[in-house]
Amino acid sequence: MTMTQTELSVAITGAGGAGVISVGELLLQAWAREGGRGLLRKAFGPQIRGGESAALLKLTESERYTAASSYQVLLAFDWNNYSRFGDEIKLAPGCIVFCEEAAEVPAEVMAVKPDLVCLPMKQLAAQAHEEGRVNMLALGLLGQLLGLSEASLSELATQKLAHKPLAYQQAAQACIAAGTGYGLSCDVPVPVPGAKGCWYISGNQAAGLGALEAGIRFVAAYPITPASDVLEWMASPLEQLGGNLVQAEDELAAVNMIIGAAFGGVPAFTATSGPGLALMTESLGLAVASETPITVLNVMRGGPSTGIPTKSEQSDLNIALHGLHGDAPHLVLAPLDIADCVYTSAWAVQLAQQLQTVAIVLSDQFIGQSTAVISEPQRCAALEAAATEDNDYLRYRLTESGISTMATPGDAGLRYTADGLEHNEAGTPSARDDDHQRQLHKREHKLSACSYGDAWARAEGDGELAMVCFGSASAALCEAAELLAEQGVAARTVSLRLLAPLQVERLQAALAGCSSVWVIEQNHGAQLYHYLRGQMDFAMPVHSYARAGPVPLSGAAIVAAMKEATAA
Amino acid sequence: MNEPVKLKAKDYKSAVKPIWCPGCGHFSILNALTKAFAALGIAKDDTVLVSGIGCSSRLPAYVDSYGFHGVHGRGLAIAQGLKVARPDLTVIAMGGDGDGFSIGGNHFIHACRRNVNMTYIAMDNEVYGMTKGQASPTTPADWDHSKLTPHGPGVRPFKPAALALAAGAPWIARGYSGNPNQIAKLIAEAIEHPGFSFVQVLSQCITFCPEQTDWKAIVNEREEAPLVDADEAAQLFLHEDGFQTGVLYNAPRATWPPSPPEPQSQDITRGFCL
Repeated sequence: MTMTQTELSVAITGAGGAGVISVGELLLQAWAREGGRGLLRKAFGPQIRGGESAALLKLTESERYTAASSYQVLLAFDWNNYSRFGDEIKLAPGCIVFCEEAAEVPAEVMAVKPDLVCLPMKQLAAQAHEEGRVNMLALGLLGQLLGLSEASLSELATQKLAHKPLAYQQAAQACIAAGTGYGLSCDVPVPVPGAKGCWYISGNQAAGLGALEAGIRFVAAYPITPASDVLEWMASPLEQLGGNLVQAEDELAAVNMIIGAAFGGVPAFTATSGPGLALMTESLGLAVASETPITVLNVMRGGPSTGIPTKSEQSDLNIALHGLHGDAPHLVLAPLDIADCVYTSAWAVQLAQQLQTVAIVLSDQFIGQSTAVISEPQRCAALEAAATEDNDYLRYRLTESGISTMATPGDAGLRYTADGLEHNEAGTPSARDDDHQRQLHKREHKLSACSYGDAWARAEGDGELAMVCFGSASAALCEAAELLAEQGVAARTVSLRLLAPLQVERLQAALAGCSSVWVIEQNHGAQLYHYLRGQMDFAMPVHSYARAGPVPLSGAAIVAAMKEATAA
Repeated sequence: MNEPVKLKAKDYKSAVKPIWCPGCGHFSILNALTKAFAALGIAKDDTVLVSGIGCSSRLPAYVDSYGFHGVHGRGLAIAQGLKVARPDLTVIAMGGDGDGFSIGGNHFIHACRRNVNMTYIAMDNEVYGMTKGQASPTTPADWDHSKLTPHGPGVRPFKPAALALAAGAPWIARGYSGNPNQIAKLIAEAIEHPGFSFVQVLSQCITFCPEQTDWKAIVNEREEAPLVDADEAAQLFLHEDGFQTGVLYNAPRATWPPSPPEPQSQDITRGFCL
């Protein structure tokens, strides 16, 4: 390979269960072994088997991972499943397209004037081995194109198939060899690999890891797409660490089980998605009122209702911020990228424990179910433990910080009854005005008086134009800033990690001197925009770019929207 | 740490005064519970009472142990999470018939099925008392005292023991608020049973269901040994009148979770390193 460029995007599409994702995973792993960086995004239809499935690979030089806006290489197992993705997989002009039959290529694919590589993949796989599967042949073909060795691909595939019969492994090896050895005449520029010694991890795994490293030892789980794989990943390491996982009968049970465990002094966690969070919100109010520390990870998907369960959106901000009944102050955080899922998840757990409250962490399907090659992620340092008192114990004592000592069962002589009923300092139910005012203030004050440090946001750049986002929109925001810089416009970006309590003074300082602010988010209702407008005054005009999923946010689309607004 | 002196029933009561109406059956369940604690020498610091919402769910505050008064219907979920996370504790959940069989019905059947080593006391007065007298899942179909269902609920009441059996509960008992000594014995046995133990207590609500004073004449103590055969228990629970008291079924089976495996390496990041 002689040509290079900073990134290369490869799409592999087929029917669910055809092994498309495996091809993407093995390619990325082999690429990472060579020191390459990259992101594997997984896109599915709502079916489990037989629906459409896509491995969307982006090979890069840096670790700032946005979804690819167009693809230079496509390998389609068939055209029917490719077409079901519509605009989600945009092909670059002149891209290389691998397929079975030239005659079947859809008109919209032909429109980009592709470099068609038609070859009988099924037949070649069958010839290579009687158990041969077309996905392993595709792996060999794409490996050849990317300059990856047969030996490396074969070793990784064998590892992946270690639990399968030997014949499967042999078939995979034969098909990979047939693919890498096939006489391809096309070539594509690839990014320059960087330093080796990396991690290969998904955002959902990273969030689970952060939670466990922060001390979570009890998990209650109810399956929901796209959060199930957080819980599935946590099961084994949790057991390894001596913790417990309970599969609950529903999300109502899941959240209450973690409240029970947390009351027992065992740090507790669950993961869910929008509909599950909706079911949990009543009991989140209980955890707030009883001051029981719990952490709930919400891997957001397209909503409302069942919505688009397999695709990403940032539309649960409103329910996370405002979904609780009564005055129920709590923490809302959002990881900014896959690596940051480790940090933010751990930070959320530590804050929940320290402040004895609910932390909701807003991840999403994009960073949750994408796998990336990353440097070893930054960790969240342990927070200082709050002082304890044991004389004349009052569970809900009014203290200067608002934080009172939480005894746990087994602690001698500190018995109390935790209560969702309003209560006095001792925890005894009380409907008195003075108790209500004091306890409301206590629960609000302990959050607002806490010093959250510099982790509240990732603020970068300088310039009169500012862009603000939360969570996974961060990568697209930074991409937009780079595009603007190429055009001579300096921009600053503020990616919020801590959404509640909003760090108003810090945000105002970060925006000081700007002439305009854009609030960027992946939802229809401009939820962050309205939240920020409601929470603080802006000295400059504030604009909104809010676009719902499932198409991922892109820097180019953000810049285009800004231009359009300026021209209007 | 256990208290050196042997505690009496009254020593297990807290200073909080119950909100219950005079004549409420729940008083005798509270008395029976503390009596059972005294009989077993229960350590206050190692015991947690967990409840949902309703008249009966106020009970944890009246006992001098640790307690958790949760939200409506979810006491069993809190209790199971606590017991799984802290197997060293004695965990007892309680609540009413609306809390346990209506809004919390799913948790009830799954608690029976899961068989975590804890006790559940259903304080069954066949009515929603705290909301002023509406029909519950155990109210007779023709009970027409509620404005909400002026012709009666018109729906066949649940048979809690049959439901518990079908869902897999290994230990089922029934008591009556008019016989607190028996309830105390049942609760003590329930706590000692290694697994999920379900005690239904017929607890009269004379405020909204004054006719329940008739129960005294109907309730009868079962003299036979507890059934161990599920088929026989099913016959009993489907066909009885629901007023037999005593330990009705006792067929211990493996509890959940099983003993944890030996701790392994603390390194949980190895799988991510390329």
